[in-house]
Amino acid sequence: MSMMLMIHPDKCTGCRNCELACSMEHEGDFRPKASRIHVYTWEREGFSVPMMCQQCKDAACTTVCMPKAMHRNPANGQVELDAAKCIGCKMCVQACPFGCASWDFLGSQILKCDTCGGDPACATICPTHALEWVEDTVSAQARKRSFATSSRTPFAESDHARLDRKNPSDQS
Amino acid sequence: MHGWTGKILRINLSTGKITTEALKTDLARNYIGARGLGTKYMYDEVDPTVDPLSPENKLIFASGPLTGTFAPSAGRYDVVTKGPLTGTIAASNSGGAWGPELKYAGYDMLILEGRAAKAVYLWIQDDKVEIRDAAHLWGKDVPETTEALNTETAADAKIACIGPAGENLSYIAAIMNDMQRAAGRTGVGAVMGSKNLKAVVVRGTGSVTVADKTAFLAAVGKASTMIKEHPVGGTGLRLYGTNVLVNILNSIGGLPTANFQDGHFETADKVGGESLAANQLQRPKGCFSCIISCGRATKVSNPKYKGEGEGPEYETAWGFGPDCRIDNLDAVIKANYYCNEYGLDTISMGGTVACAMELFSRGIITLEDTEGLELDFGNTDAMVEAVRLTGLNQGFGKKLALGSYRLASLYGHPELSMTVKKQEMPAYDPRAVQGIGLNYATNNRGGCHVRGYTISPEVLGVPVKVDKDSIDGKAELVALFQNLTAALDSTGSCLFTTFGIGAPEFAELMTALTGFAYSGDSFIEAGERIWNLERLWNLKAGLTAADDTLPPRLLKEPIVTGPSKGAVSRLPEMLPLYYGARGWDANGVPTREKLNALALA
Repeated sequence: MSMMLMIHPDKCTGCRNCELACSMEHEGDFRPKASRIHVYTWEREGFSVPMMCQQCKDAACTTVCMPKAMHRNPANGQVELDAAKCIGCKMCVQACPFGCASWDFLGSQILKCDTCGGDPACATICPTHALEWVEDTVSAQARKRSFATSSRTPFAESDHARLDRKNPSDQS
Repeated sequence: MHGWTGKILRINLSTGKITTEALKTDLARNYIGARGLGTKYMYDEVDPTVDPLSPENKLIFASGPLTGTFAPSAGRYDVVTKGPLTGTIAASNSGGAWGPELKYAGYDMLILEGRAAKAVYLWIQDDKVEIRDAAHLWGKDVPETTEALNTETAADAKIACIGPAGENLSYIAAIMNDMQRAAGRTGVGAVMGSKNLKAVVVRGTGSVTVADKTAFLAAVGKASTMIKEHPVGGTGLRLYGTNVLVNILNSIGGLPTANFQDGHFETADKVGGESLAANQLQRPKGCFSCIISCGRATKVSNPKYKGEGEGPEYETAWGFGPDCRIDNLDAVIKANYYCNEYGLDTISMGGTVACAMELFSRGIITLEDTEGLELDFGNTDAMVEAVRLTGLNQGFGKKLALGSYRLASLYGHPELSMTVKKQEMPAYDPRAVQGIGLNYATNNRGGCHVRGYTISPEVLGVPVKVDKDSIDGKAELVALFQNLTAALDSTGSCLFTTFGIGAPEFAELMTALTGFAYSGDSFIEAGERIWNLERLWNLKAGLTAADDTLPPRLLKEPIVTGPSKGAVSRLPEMLPLYYGARGWDANGVPTREKLNALALA
């Protein structure tokens, strides 16, 4: 069992505190462009989704990394970057299907979530718990329960359900 | 510098000259940023008697030192200029993410001068600044403009722009940023339109730095906890938005109804925040670095008023609702969407439609004047159509676009305009809540609640409950709230942070961030300095003590029904006390001693 960053876009308000916390944690100042997490907002609908490294099991960034700077740590299941080995070739930037490895031209470095060493600042600051640092098994259960909860009322009130209650004898 | 970027971008739209200059450190320290600093630069550079819509007026976009940091709910910027609606110094602030982006691009302030010969927009990428042609954008509404500019510049660029209302120089036009957020009040959108400037597009890759990280993190942690633990700042505003106030104000008989003819509306509940949460609310939204999330992402599925976007705030729901005797929330929201799309201030728009309805109900204007619009109180469709026509500057909308004071004056009845200094008052009846009336009357930008929000103590009991009907101590209370707000506005913070923190916490944040020592007292003194500077500007612009008043209705006509039945505003008793509390003479002019004490002499 390992930990994962769980996102709940339905709770995200688009405030970007996560970007600021990430930047402060890693760079010591407020520079969202250097954040390892970014929030995308669709203003017409008022809907926001935070995006960060998914810590893939079969990670494209580790496959393409020639000096093996990007690698999986079997102990915690996370994909980690050894900055000392990194040659800045940006192959990981090109390989990541989520766009969650990026190149910081100001700091001449690869930007990728390192989960702050197991205590992610983004999840700590998130004012609405749209980001949660949870056990990977628990996270799925919580999502399932959340979906079931949101479906409970419409299912319970659907015509089909009412019909069934009215005419129990029809069910054979 | 820490907190401040230390740099100002200055663009002359007449000549196309683009320059940068260092921020004056002593001014930053004494006037903080945003509203205060912008006002200081206006005071030093622009003649207060200037025609607001002339090239000689300047338009300043100013962030605060806390803007762009994770200080709680502190991502705001101010538009500072001479306001065409009021003729006063104007500072309209707005959230979203535009202000922080200006700082990441490297600038505390953007000062715009002159007038472009043709429609243009600005494209600011860090040090690279371009004045670009905007002919293809002129006439487009705010969402269309925002999407077009994100396509032709950068997807992550932040955009402040005007809609058709600003282009047509409506006195109640707003500047919109991030599509849904508004620098709404005093007609700043018309100033932008007068400069032929459609939009300011910004993308920044830089940073905001901190003087003492350990202390700043501690100060932010403390302030955030205090706000989160507060029943209003931590819970109430996220659940119901500002619109939770409809039922609260109605329950005390302070909900202005039918253009302030009454203070109570039977069916107000239908347009309140609870009703919104149960029906049209999609989810709460937050501005940059916000932990409060009062924003309302909403959707109306009723085909007649279909749409989606942000809002309504309390003042908007009131303006298009009870003030027009309307209780259809779908219609209220549609009017709000039109305002966002065309770039109009919702408070002034609501107040202007309500005024037109009273003119119509009294037979002062007829169907001939309104070009067929049946503006009876309660006519939902006419209200929505009036807003649409105003946004597009068509038909009777051309007259509504002037704001209620100029509209009512056209027909010989300025007393039916519910304005102070020609700006529409918001949703708190000064007859039912004495302190807020004194704040409206003395406010440096006219009818405005957010710069001296005594509703907190007088109605909500925050931080302590005071008697709303009493005038005792109201002069000092109003002055204190005005000073504190002037200072916190200038940091880039949202007023709602005061549902949790006060001057000592702001002083801690500012000290840790900037490295300059602020105390709670010196912070409030900075606010008093800013307030007095705004007053000096207004006096030089030609305003006098005679402008520190309320519409005669509020002083003479008692509230007719509800819990505050019989009440009138006791402003004439409070005003001399207020001048005294401020250290001003009997004519409302700051004394030499006061100016010396504030280093303004």
